[in-house]
Amino acid sequence: MREGRAPRAHDAVDEGPAVRAVNVAIIDYGAGNVTSVAKALRHLGAEARIAIDPGALAGADGIVVPGVGHFARTTAIDTAMRRALRHAIEARTPLLGICLGLHWLFEGSTEAPAAAGLGIFQGRCSALRGSPGIKVPHVGWNAIDVTANGSRLLNGLGNQPYAYFCHSYAAECGDRTVGIASHGDAFSAVVERDAVFGVQFHPEKSGAVGLAVLGNFLRVCDEAR
Amino acid sequence: MLARRLIACLDVSHGQVVKGVTFGNLKDAGDPVALAKRYNDEGIDELVVLDISATLEGRRAFIDTIAAIARELFIPLTAGGGIRSLADARAVIEAGADKVSINSAALVDPPLISAISDTYGSQATVVAIDARMTPNGYEVVSRAGTSPAGRAPLEWAGAAATLGAGEILLTSINRDGTRQGFDCRLTAEVSGGVPIPVIASGGAGTYEHFADVFTLGRADAALAASVFHFQHHSVPSLKQWLSNRHIPMRLTGERC
Repeated sequence: MREGRAPRAHDAVDEGPAVRAVNVAIIDYGAGNVTSVAKALRHLGAEARIAIDPGALAGADGIVVPGVGHFARTTAIDTAMRRALRHAIEARTPLLGICLGLHWLFEGSTEAPAAAGLGIFQGRCSALRGSPGIKVPHVGWNAIDVTANGSRLLNGLGNQPYAYFCHSYAAECGDRTVGIASHGDAFSAVVERDAVFGVQFHPEKSGAVGLAVLGNFLRVCDEAR
Repeated sequence: MLARRLIACLDVSHGQVVKGVTFGNLKDAGDPVALAKRYNDEGIDELVVLDISATLEGRRAFIDTIAAIARELFIPLTAGGGIRSLADARAVIEAGADKVSINSAALVDPPLISAISDTYGSQATVVAIDARMTPNGYEVVSRAGTSPAGRAPLEWAGAAATLGAGEILLTSINRDGTRQGFDCRLTAEVSGGVPIPVIASGGAGTYEHFADVFTLGRADAALAASVFHFQHHSVPSLKQWLSNRHIPMRLTGERC
């Protein structure tokens, strides 16, 4: 799994001065297993800290918005945190939304129509349609069709990597979609715009593929600092 | 296309993996963390770890086992066995499990399904159903297969889904440990009748058994323990074999 690793201090011992580990802030808004995301990032050599208030974003080389569950839970991300996140995005700090975190980067979701998303990506998320043979929630490993050359997040993953999904709502495909998955309908598995990324799957639970995606994100963070 | 999943089950007691034949006759099959890592390297899609100790010291050891596995593995991890309350569920989730499996406690206290689902999400809530064949059809049994619950598997699975379960782990007590094949009739009846994924368990012995449960049994996932532990099957060759028979599988050879 070495391909997924971010620069670590001890990697540089023979090559020059020690490199500071990439420092990632994980937004904790009470919806999602921040611990498993933190564990995976630390496994890759990053420093991961849990951010509850906007002040905790200062000095972060990258930001992760995790999340599992209902879109209404994103209302726990308050105005001050939203402002701080917009500011960080304007300052080109890399940001990765995972699952519900991806939904929240869009304008909203029909799951909770009154709750506003951050609106970095255009469009709304809506429910996957179940049918005979298509069970919702969509749970399990599904293939991602990589649609854009030059995606920094999917770099080195081949044409059809498998990742672990667990969700009932999804974002439709748009011009920022760089990876598509299908469960009945096609939806955005990966979106990317400048240094803002979103993944519908759980990289922290997707084995070697997931660690490679997180490694790519850490590399973007490392290059941006 | 969504792949069908192969799930390895580790029955643990006091930090050691054990697996019996029809709930008795336990044999030692090794260290849970070492086994879990081997499965991960081989491309298993998920792990289920069950505490079968049923003692307080066993419980503490189990939490440590879950934490040790979650530190090293980055695939979905379900913890079950002896989960009787929201506090029990919280303990294993905080130790690093992604999902909690509840069985007998859900039959006694169905609102526990909703309590776990409302707190951690339906994706984290697995209801395990042990079913036994009788002359009058299938019946649900509780307490490790010893006590009839007076419900039919399909009816109970549907009720569990309505209460917030995200997946059903369905075990045939008649087939468990026999290596005579999954109960495809039972699995198809439940899987075809509920809107959530069904994991088939009990009876895995040959490659054909897995193919049958995914096709005839309409299972979303198949769980096995001893056939994987004792290396009767290598996970990569089983997956390749199933894939060659047009059963969608996540093949990991090129990356792991």
